[in-house]
Amino acid sequence: MPAAAATADERLATTSWPARMMRRPEVGAAVAAFIIFVFFSTTTDAFLTVGGASTWLESSAQFGIMAVAVALLMIGGEFDLSAGAMVGTTGLIVGVLATRLAVNIWVAVLVALVAAALIGMLNGWLVVRTRLPSFIVTLGTFFVLQGINLAGTKLVTGQVSVQGFSSVAGFYNARWVFGSSTQFGGFTLQISVMWWLLFTAVATWVLLRTRPGNWIFAIGGDENSARQVGVPVTRTKIGLFMTTALAAWLVGMLQLFKTSTVQASTGVGQEFIYIICAVVGGCLLTGGYGSAIGAALGALIYGMTLQGIVFAQWDNNWLKAFLGVMLLGAVLVNNWIRQHAEVRK
Amino acid sequence: MTAEEDQTSEEDSQPGSQSSAPSALLPSGASVGEVPGPAGEAPKLPGAHECIIEVQSLGKSYGSIIALRDVSTTVKAGEVTCILGDNGAGKSTLIKILAGVHESSEGVFKVDGIVRRMGGPRDALALGIATVYQDLAVVPLMPIWRNFFLGSEPTRGRGPSRRLDSAVMKRITRSELLKMGIDLRDVDQPIGTLSGGERQSVAIARAVYFGARVLILDEPTAALGVKQAGIVLRYIAQARDRGLGVVFITHNPHHAYPVGDRFLVLKRGRSLGESEKKDITIEQLTTLMAGGDELDALAQELRRA
Repeated sequence: MPAAAATADERLATTSWPARMMRRPEVGAAVAAFIIFVFFSTTTDAFLTVGGASTWLESSAQFGIMAVAVALLMIGGEFDLSAGAMVGTTGLIVGVLATRLAVNIWVAVLVALVAAALIGMLNGWLVVRTRLPSFIVTLGTFFVLQGINLAGTKLVTGQVSVQGFSSVAGFYNARWVFGSSTQFGGFTLQISVMWWLLFTAVATWVLLRTRPGNWIFAIGGDENSARQVGVPVTRTKIGLFMTTALAAWLVGMLQLFKTSTVQASTGVGQEFIYIICAVVGGCLLTGGYGSAIGAALGALIYGMTLQGIVFAQWDNNWLKAFLGVMLLGAVLVNNWIRQHAEVRK
Repeated sequence: MTAEEDQTSEEDSQPGSQSSAPSALLPSGASVGEVPGPAGEAPKLPGAHECIIEVQSLGKSYGSIIALRDVSTTVKAGEVTCILGDNGAGKSTLIKILAGVHESSEGVFKVDGIVRRMGGPRDALALGIATVYQDLAVVPLMPIWRNFFLGSEPTRGRGPSRRLDSAVMKRITRSELLKMGIDLRDVDQPIGTLSGGERQSVAIARAVYFGARVLILDEPTAALGVKQAGIVLRYIAQARDRGLGVVFITHNPHHAYPVGDRFLVLKRGRSLGESEKKDITIEQLTTLMAGGDELDALAQELRRA
C-alpha cells in the first residue's frame, strides 16, 4: 500500500506489526499448525522425511480445497452440509457415464461439472427464496444426494462402487490433470496439492481484493445492511453455494482419478470436517469474518494430525478426540476476537 | 485514479454551490481536487437557502388507519428542518414518504419545484435524497473503508485482474471523514470499534459523498449519551454548512433547537404547526411538543401536596 503509506498518520507508528498480525483471522491456525508440525517432527521418525511430507500434504490437499470453499460460504453466513456427499455424486456421475454408458471421459467430467453447478444453484436458490437456515436446506440435499448416490449406483452397476474406471479410453489424459504427481528427489508432489494452493490463492484474492469478496463479508456480517446499500445479496449467495459445489466436483475428480474407483458412500461424513477446518482457520460460525488461508491451514492441521497419528502408531481414534478439542479451542479464540472487534458497540 | 480525473469529478459533483457558497463548501483541512466525487452523475447542489423539497398537505393512511394528515414543510439547502414528535406522532411515516419508501395518499410532494411520485428509495436517491436510518446500514466487523464504499466499490484493472482500488478507497474515506471533522487514526479498524456517534457520522459522510443533497436522519441522537449526541449535532451542522438540506428527526427539543432552522411538530399524525427559529423559543418548542396543557396537568399531579 504505497499510497496509504504516503499519507499515513504519524499515530499509526504506535501499531506494531505483531499487533497488526494478531488482527488476522488465520493467526491462531498458523500457530497451531506450527506446533503440530514441530510435535510430530520430533516425536516420529517418518513425519519430517520427504516421503512423510508428501503423504500429509496430499491428505491435507483434498480437505483443503473443500475447507476453503466452505470457508467462503461461511464468511457469507451460510453452511453447506451437502458438500461431502456432492464429492461422491460428481465422482459417481463420471464413473457411471464413462464405464457403463461409454460416454467420452471429458464429456463425463463436464456433465458432472454442470450437475454440481446445478445442485449448488438449487441449494442457494432454496436458501435465498425460503429464507430457511441453510443448515436445514442443505441437510435435506445431503440426504437426497446420499440416497441417490447409493440407490443410483446400485441400480446401474449392481454394486455400491464403480470399478474398472482405469480401462476407460482417455483415462490417462484426464489423469494428467486430476491424478498425476511429480517427483522431486524422494518428494512426491501430487497434483491435488497444486490445485489446493491455486484454489486457496484465488479464493484469497477474491475475498480480499475484489467487489464480490467485499460483498461476501458484508452479507455474512449484516445481510440487511448489505441489502440496504445495494449489495446483490441473492446473486452473491447463490454464487457461494455454486463455488462450494464446484469445489466438490474438483475434489470428486481428484479422488476418482487418483484411485480410479469411487464408492457410493464417498464424502459422507466429511462435511463436518470441512466446517471444522474452516472454524479452526478462524471463520466465525455466525459469518462475516474469516479467511481462505486460515481454512487451508485448518486443513493442513487436520492432514498433519491424520498422518502424524499413523506415523506415531497411535490408535486412529485419537484423531476424533483431537478434532473436538481443536474445534472447541478455535471457537473460544474466535469468540474472544469477535468480542474485541465489537467491544465498543 | 489520476489527478486529472480527481479534478473533473470534483467539478462535476458540486458545481452550483461552489459559486454561491464557497466558504461553506470547503471546510478547513480539505483541499479541492484531492478528493474526487463519485462518477459525474451526482445531482447538482443548489444555492444556499434554495428550496429543495416542498410538501403540502401530505397525508397517509394505511387501510382505515390515518397515520399522517395535512402536513406541510420545506427543506432548503444549507438549512436544517427538524421534525419533532413523541412516539407514534407520525415521524416515521413522514420520513418514509420523503425517502420514497411509501407513497403519500394525499398532498403534493415537490422536489426542485417539480411534483414527483417516488416509486421507491432508488428514485429518492437519484434525486439526491439520502436517508440514514437508525441501524446505519453498516457491517460492524468490516473495516471502515470497506463499509464506506460497500455496494459501490471503485475498481481498477479489467477481467480477472479487476480489483478493489483499496488505496483510493482508504484515501477518500479518510479525507471525507476529515471533512466531517472526524480525524481517524486508522480507517482499517472494524467500524464496530467506533463509538455510536462516530459510526453515525461515517454513515452521514457516506451519504454525502455519494451525491446526497438532502440528508434525512432518523433519530440519530436517540440512542446516544450526552457527549456522543453533541458530536452528532456538530456533524449535522457540518453537513448544513456544506450546503446540504438536512431533515433531522428527533423527539428531543434540546437536540433540535441548537441546529434547527425550522421546526415541524407532529402529534398523533397531525402537524401542530411549523415555526422558523426566530419565531419560537426552546421553552415554547418543548411545551408545544409535550402538549402544553397536558404537561401543566402532569406538573400539578406530580407536585407534592
